[in-house]
Amino acid sequence: MSLDLTLVWALLIAVAVLLYILMDGFDLGIGILFPVVPGKADRDVMVNTVAPVWDGNETWLILGGGGLFAVFPLAYATLLPALYMPLVVMLLALVFRGVAFEMRFRAGSRAAQAAWDAAFSGGSYAAAFCQGVCLGALVQGVKVEGRAYAGGWWDWLTPFSVVTGLALMVGYGLLGACWLIWKTEGELQIRAYRLARRLGLATLAAIGLVSSVMPLLSATFRDRWLTFPAMALAAPVPLLVGLLAWRFLRALDRREEVAPFLCALGLFGLSYIGLGISLFPMIVPPSVTIWDAATHPSSQLFLLVGTVVLLPLVLAYTAYAYWVFRGKVSAGGGYH
Amino acid sequence: MSASFLPSAVDLARAQFAFTVVWHFLFPSFTIGLASYLAVLEGLWLGTGEARYLDTFRYWLKVFAVVFAMGVVSGLVMSYQFGTNWSVFADRTAPILGPLLGYEVLTAFFLEAGFLGVMLFGLERVGPRLHFAATCLVAGGTLISAFWILSANSWMQTPTGHSLGADGRFMPAEWWGVVFNPSFPYRLAHTVTASYLTTAMIVGAVGAWHLLRDRANPRARLMFSMAMWMAAVVAPAQLVLGDLHGGNSYHHQPAKVAAMEGHFETRRRAPALLLGWPDAEAGEVRGAVGIPGLASLYLTHDLDGEVRGLKDLPRETWPTNLPLVIWSFRVMVGLGILMIALGLTSLWLRSTGRLYGTRWFQRCAVAMGPSGLVAVTAGWVVTEAGRQPFTVYGLLRTADSVSPIAAPAVATSLAAFAVVYFTVFGAGIRYLLHLFNQTPRDHESGPPPGQPIRSAGVTPAPAILPAE
Repeated sequence: MSLDLTLVWALLIAVAVLLYILMDGFDLGIGILFPVVPGKADRDVMVNTVAPVWDGNETWLILGGGGLFAVFPLAYATLLPALYMPLVVMLLALVFRGVAFEMRFRAGSRAAQAAWDAAFSGGSYAAAFCQGVCLGALVQGVKVEGRAYAGGWWDWLTPFSVVTGLALMVGYGLLGACWLIWKTEGELQIRAYRLARRLGLATLAAIGLVSSVMPLLSATFRDRWLTFPAMALAAPVPLLVGLLAWRFLRALDRREEVAPFLCALGLFGLSYIGLGISLFPMIVPPSVTIWDAATHPSSQLFLLVGTVVLLPLVLAYTAYAYWVFRGKVSAGGGYH
Repeated sequence: MSASFLPSAVDLARAQFAFTVVWHFLFPSFTIGLASYLAVLEGLWLGTGEARYLDTFRYWLKVFAVVFAMGVVSGLVMSYQFGTNWSVFADRTAPILGPLLGYEVLTAFFLEAGFLGVMLFGLERVGPRLHFAATCLVAGGTLISAFWILSANSWMQTPTGHSLGADGRFMPAEWWGVVFNPSFPYRLAHTVTASYLTTAMIVGAVGAWHLLRDRANPRARLMFSMAMWMAAVVAPAQLVLGDLHGGNSYHHQPAKVAAMEGHFETRRRAPALLLGWPDAEAGEVRGAVGIPGLASLYLTHDLDGEVRGLKDLPRETWPTNLPLVIWSFRVMVGLGILMIALGLTSLWLRSTGRLYGTRWFQRCAVAMGPSGLVAVTAGWVVTEAGRQPFTVYGLLRTADSVSPIAAPAVATSLAAFAVVYFTVFGAGIRYLLHLFNQTPRDHESGPPPGQPIRSAGVTPAPAILPAE
């Protein structure tokens, strides 16, 4: 077959994971911003901006996990044991957060309200941090022997993975703040502008820090980013990051409402592409490529046939769901 | 290795899977039925314009939102647990099970999640007709989800359509055979029907609870009446489906059925065991009380039919926990018989015009509220514990499926799951009980219909917040 199904699937899974990061990113970001927005009314508005869509956003994470199982089982079977602890903590954090979504509006007492708010916010922080840790641990490399994970239970914990964990928390906070600029008005929006500027600068600093550490981690990363001709392919990425950063700050200055969010998404997208340039074609660096990890061709094809039809459909009705709930969410708005 | 009195990593991983999947399935077994019920209620409201349908719809919609959220987050855990604790199983079965689960996400989860927002919050924004479409799509999504996940589970019970690679990996040979494996149609029918019954029992209990307070409440009468119709029609049907499913298992998984029935010896006129404690070492059931010939009748449809016992099957294929299989089966069947009794009694009371006024019967209906959830759980314990010692029946042993993980890591995460699930879902269930206790009112809170769609607003708070 002339079409390399494995490559197609790698691209599709990469897109699914990126969509997850972008979409759940801003709704995790809402929880991350809770500590700096103390009022109940403001918090209600914040949660209402994502209430109709968070379920769908989280479904992309299931597709990421399920898709990896379906088409790159070796990656699934080695990465998940390698990242056992941060993944379990992330899942538990999402349990807290998901239930808190429903419960914080129904809390009978002030104490219960505070507890559910804490569960919502704490769950968001923990989930974001753990996802960043997983990313850092993946980039650093996972020890695989035969068809199994061969490392220890604490391999994922390194200074680098802690940095990527913190960086992702900051980045999700930025997405959340920009989303609020778009979806709210008045006092809350003004506050979101201020937060977006600080978090934007912090995110840029984090991108810079992680990018400058990565070439120190492996020779492959150095070759791809710092030696000529490969560099020519990679160079547009940092240039575009710079351009978007400038556009982002200008959008904040001019009090634009949609542009900051789009710029923030763009920064995430570029960082993700940068990561792709570093890792490709490894799916479990440093030793497992997408072709090593790929499932049986019949399984790839069987799932691809449906995916080609279904994924555009999913995107279409997801867009429809967002469109139904377009416009500003104002104070005094309610949940059910 | 750790000392022998400590549980092994396999046992702990099994305990963790059992714990998380039992918790998880409580929620979808309720929402599969509830989503369909909501679609019926909204359809009746659109068809008749009667307010009681919309009020009842809104009453149960609030419940649905909470249960669905718990189902989503507990299900997310499941989709990662294959990899964290059962990575060898994942690696070997992924070419078969991966696409089935992939299709579940693509055809069902996105559909449910995508339209759930519209269903919960969108009535005034999209209007009644589109809203009804959203409700139907969510309900359809729950059924599609059941289709794929039960196909996957059934393949693990009765694997077909595959070939076995030299490295122990299962490879797809023929997808139709994989998806429509022999036990799948039976398991699908039995499970979806069980979900409908579970919902009927809960809705009936809540209706009865409010009839006991006020027998004139039209919403309470409506939900009680509809639930009792379901019990009367579907509970007997479930007996038939269960028997067919049992016959299918008898054919494909004889050790499981022999364990369920407590049959050690192969014999004619095999009795249906009512009570007794199986002893695998001694190869007998202690204190057995049974009805002679009945098991032969329902397994072979012949009173004199020969029924295979465990001793005819290799010892290493016997389910590992016989008392669990036997007793879970009895709990499930016993509750099913009580549901049939409830449904038939309701027919009798209805025909004599006493359905809404018979308090002892309503108390019974309240007591039966959780019976569906308990029966569904017991049924899954039968089929899963009955599949042991295999994950893929006859082909891949549970002990060979587990991740190369250390017992302390699994024990720690199991403890964390236990604490979090009891805390979070415990609070969620307490809240559900609080909701059930709220009287279903006229003008039940929810987005009011027929108002102009506002481009930038949501409903004013007083109109949509709970009245109390």
